[in-house]
Amino acid sequence: MEVPILKQGHFLIASIQSALTDADLSQLREALVLRVGKLRARGVIVDVTALDVMDSFAVRTLRDIAHMTRLRGAETVIVGIQPEVAFAMVQLGLTLKGVATALDLEEGLAFLDRFTKERFERA
Amino acid sequence: MREETLQPVSSDVDIVSARQKGRELAAKAGFSEGDQTVIAAAISEIARNILMYAKRGEVSVTLANSEDRIGVIVVARDQGPGISDVARALQDGYSTSGGLGLGLPGARRLMDEFEIHSAPGQGTTVTMKKWRRSA
Ligand SMILES: Nc1ncnc2c1ncn2[C@@H]1O[C@H](COP(=O)(O)OP(=O)(O)OP(=O)(O)O)[C@@H](O)[C@H]1O
Ligand SMILES: [Mg+2]
Repeated sequence: MEVPILKQGHFLIASIQSALTDADLSQLREALVLRVGKLRARGVIVDVTALDVMDSFAVRTLRDIAHMTRLRGAETVIVGIQPEVAFAMVQLGLTLKGVATALDLEEGLAFLDRFTKERFERA
Repeated sequence: MREETLQPVSSDVDIVSARQKGRELAAKAGFSEGDQTVIAAAISEIARNILMYAKRGEVSVTLANSEDRIGVIVVARDQGPGISDVARALQDGYSTSGGLGLGLPGARRLMDEFEIHSAPGQGTTVTMKKWRRSA
């Protein structure tokens, strides 16, 4: 199932709607990395509220998304990790080191606003 | 009460189905949302290992209801290449595929009981159990 990606101002928002297969996650990664350039996005939000589980593959792919989009000049923030999902992630030993996270979409947007303001207005 | 579901694993869609079946059964057995997610996450790791290393296999999820406790038993079987050094495969960070090496040790931490039988050429069977807290 393809994840819809919306553009809002300088940001891209990918909201995951249901459980994703490994292929779906990889497809999301390619789509975001491409679209950051095409749409000149400065920030990316991946909303994982609907994800049933974050296993090693999902975490690795989200980390890749954050690092790849950063190399393309855009900051990624992961929002909506549910409490049970966070618990299982920690037990599995999975971390999102070096990746920004926020509670929900609203907080994620606020984070990107601050982040990009600093980066683009200082210059 | 003894209920069992069997999920063949031969594509990434089957990984999602296997963990969803595990979650459903756990929900039926009255596990908390947190424990349902824990069981689903463990199944996801073990099912992915089947697909990645053995190409195909199966995951069975059984509801175990004895006099004094209720639990979910997950058995993942494959006839793949097997694991030559099981102790090592259970260590955090050990991976022969450039992965994080967290699947087996992580699943073991998530579940209450964890057993693995594997030998080169003999395939791999992982048995994991989770018991419901305060019946
Ligand atoms: N079903 C299996 N058949 C054969 N080898 C396996 C199987 N499951 C695991 N292994 C071996 O055990 C190692 C450790 O597995 P584990 O799931 O912990 O890590 P990984 O799959 O390498 O990485 P990750 O799961 O973190 O992405 C694997 O690299 C592989 O060599
Ligand atoms: Mg693995």
